[in-house]
Amino acid sequence: MAELQFREAIRAAIDEEMAHDENIFVMGEEVAEYDGAYKVTEGLLDKYGSKRMIDTPISELGFAGIGVGAAMNGLRPIIEFMTFNFAVLAADQIINHASKIRYMTGGQISIPIVFRGPNASAGQLSATHSVSYDSMYAHFPGLKVIYPSEPDDAKGLLKSAIRDDNPVLFMESEQMYGLKGEVSEEDDYTIPIGKAKVKREGADVTIIAHGKMYHVATQAAQKLSNDGVEAEIIDPRTVKPLDMETVVKSIKKTNRCVIVDEAHPFGGLAAEVGYLIQREAFDYLDAPVQRVTLPDTSAPFAKNLFDEWFPSPDQVIEAVNTVTYRK
Amino acid sequence: MAKKKEKNKDVTFTPTGTGIRSNGQIVRSTELPDPTEKTHKDLGLSDQDVVDMFEQMYLQRRFEERAMQMYQKGKFGGFLHLYMGQEAISTGTTYALNDDDDIITAYRDHGWGLVRGVSAKEGMAELYGKVTGCSRGKGGSMHFANVKEHFWGGYGIVGGHIPLGGGIAFANKYKQNGRVTACFLGDGAVPQGALHETFNMSQNWGLPCIYAVENNGYAMGTAVHRHSVGEIVDRADGYGMKKKVINGMDVFTVYEAMKEISEDVRENSMPWFVEIRTYRYRGHSMSDPMKYRTKEELEQYEKLDPVERVKRYLLDNDLADQDKVDEIQNSIEDEVMEAIDFAEESDFPDKDDLYNDVFVEDDYPFHT
Ligand SMILES: Cc1ncc(C[n+]2csc(CCOP(=O)(O)OP(=O)(O)O)c2C)c(N)n1
Repeated sequence: MAELQFREAIRAAIDEEMAHDENIFVMGEEVAEYDGAYKVTEGLLDKYGSKRMIDTPISELGFAGIGVGAAMNGLRPIIEFMTFNFAVLAADQIINHASKIRYMTGGQISIPIVFRGPNASAGQLSATHSVSYDSMYAHFPGLKVIYPSEPDDAKGLLKSAIRDDNPVLFMESEQMYGLKGEVSEEDDYTIPIGKAKVKREGADVTIIAHGKMYHVATQAAQKLSNDGVEAEIIDPRTVKPLDMETVVKSIKKTNRCVIVDEAHPFGGLAAEVGYLIQREAFDYLDAPVQRVTLPDTSAPFAKNLFDEWFPSPDQVIEAVNTVTYRK
Repeated sequence: MAKKKEKNKDVTFTPTGTGIRSNGQIVRSTELPDPTEKTHKDLGLSDQDVVDMFEQMYLQRRFEERAMQMYQKGKFGGFLHLYMGQEAISTGTTYALNDDDDIITAYRDHGWGLVRGVSAKEGMAELYGKVTGCSRGKGGSMHFANVKEHFWGGYGIVGGHIPLGGGIAFANKYKQNGRVTACFLGDGAVPQGALHETFNMSQNWGLPCIYAVENNGYAMGTAVHRHSVGEIVDRADGYGMKKKVINGMDVFTVYEAMKEISEDVRENSMPWFVEIRTYRYRGHSMSDPMKYRTKEELEQYEKLDPVERVKRYLLDNDLADQDKVDEIQNSIEDEVMEAIDFAEESDFPDKDDLYNDVFVEDDYPFHT
């Protein structure tokens, strides 16, 4: 095991995969000479040269589409978006093209591409720079969506994503790039896409949280524990495919569930998981499922409003109190 | 049977453009055309106009220098993209346009806000995220706006506001009110599809809009010649648009060109594409290590400083003496310091503000 920052774990995954497959290249804004806007790709230009580390103009639609075309024709692109907020400009290529080409050609064409970069808010950057997109992309058949919360998951899952023959969206969080954690140094360490992980065991309530929200949930769980409530935390890690088996198993044990999601409430992952739980574990629930999400408004700039807007451990505790009928 | 091509092993593929670090030689990011030789009298500007221009530019400079200090002290967060070095463009353009002509720009917008009627207080308060800010603390550094004064704001998605500029011009033409729109963007926005789609419609429909690139040599860390082929201004050719390249380090030059162009737009109701060459002194934002450019390049441009240039003009032509210049500078320093006090003393927005301005209705049923 090695202690790595989140960004270093991602870099290690890219580096290891690039080392053994010539067809992998990285393309995006400032990924090469600038070492990456968030320094994820630092040093890779020196190692792999400018054929495989490619700076692009600010042309999200264009370079995402060039990536899709290159993937159709046998390469394995890793497309970095400076943030998924800007990938909205490339949504046509991801949603209308990458996700559907295989289907429309009766399986003749594979698109082994990874679109990666920071998702959601990075703090006070206001409304256009703070949106969470994992649920949105998960809506479309043909796309896999990964949003890990810890460096080790990031490394193992990204390696799997790069090897996957489907288009995969790999979401990171700028607020987590500096986060340190133990990362496996095992040769060829991969984590299967679509497997949730029970990251904290507890018998009183199941909290489902991924990405940045995993850390919010963990803080809440610590406080709850001081209060005698033991929460079980499940990190789905991959939003699509989603591992409901692990979730249902936990609910059968705790009989209560809170979902914490960094998206807005309407039609997000929390809404979907809430539905699936009532379908698959209705008889085991002792209280209606609660969720903690962003409010139904865009991100404000002002610090106090932003803190109000962003899901907090206290909100999670409140939701747990509701499902446990404690307060 | 068709033959298969042999693999060509000799051709190397390095899709990077001509780079500073990759080919070892230092290439200046932009070359400035000559500034105008006309005096302020030739340009129809009064002595007082020139004094005012200096004041305006000095305010933009000082506001940002102080904002930078406050940011470094941790007084506020978010992105802070500084306009320093480019003040001649906002100022020259504003003087050239009518007060009810429309202006829209990207996120490097403090200078534009200040010259278009956002007070130093409202500007600083916005940086602090206070309710007294020009966007009520909701927008921050990238989203200054003063719509009352026809400044439609700064926008954070690169290229995203170009069609908006076209749309403002569309509405002006629709209403036949004779107003000109100036839509400013960075060189980094030129490769975006939105620009090309907007140009096509603008020319086809004769929209009264000046699309003006503030080419400061870099899109973040990528020098212009690494992100765009050919001359930026030549993009106009494909659409048959009128075009011009101008020196953006000299306020008179900007004023002269934008005056002529805006008159042409007003008269003929056809768009223009203008490339204004300039330089930004600071990094792209506060976290930028600036490894992509040389100190020498920065120093060369700093010698052409637009604020110093007007100051020298004032002194050399006896439009103001050193005492007068000092007095202006001191009073602007006071204005900026008061703005900081104002920002610090102002309140943050109310919690309920989170749900204000999302929709027009006060009683919209928000989802929970
Ligand atoms: C669509 C989109 N892609 C990427 C970004 C990130 N980004 C912000 S500013 C910038 C550079 C823009 O440079 P330029 O247009 O030349 O403006 P300047 O900063 O020089 O004023 C980039 C890549 C963004 N805001 N929006």
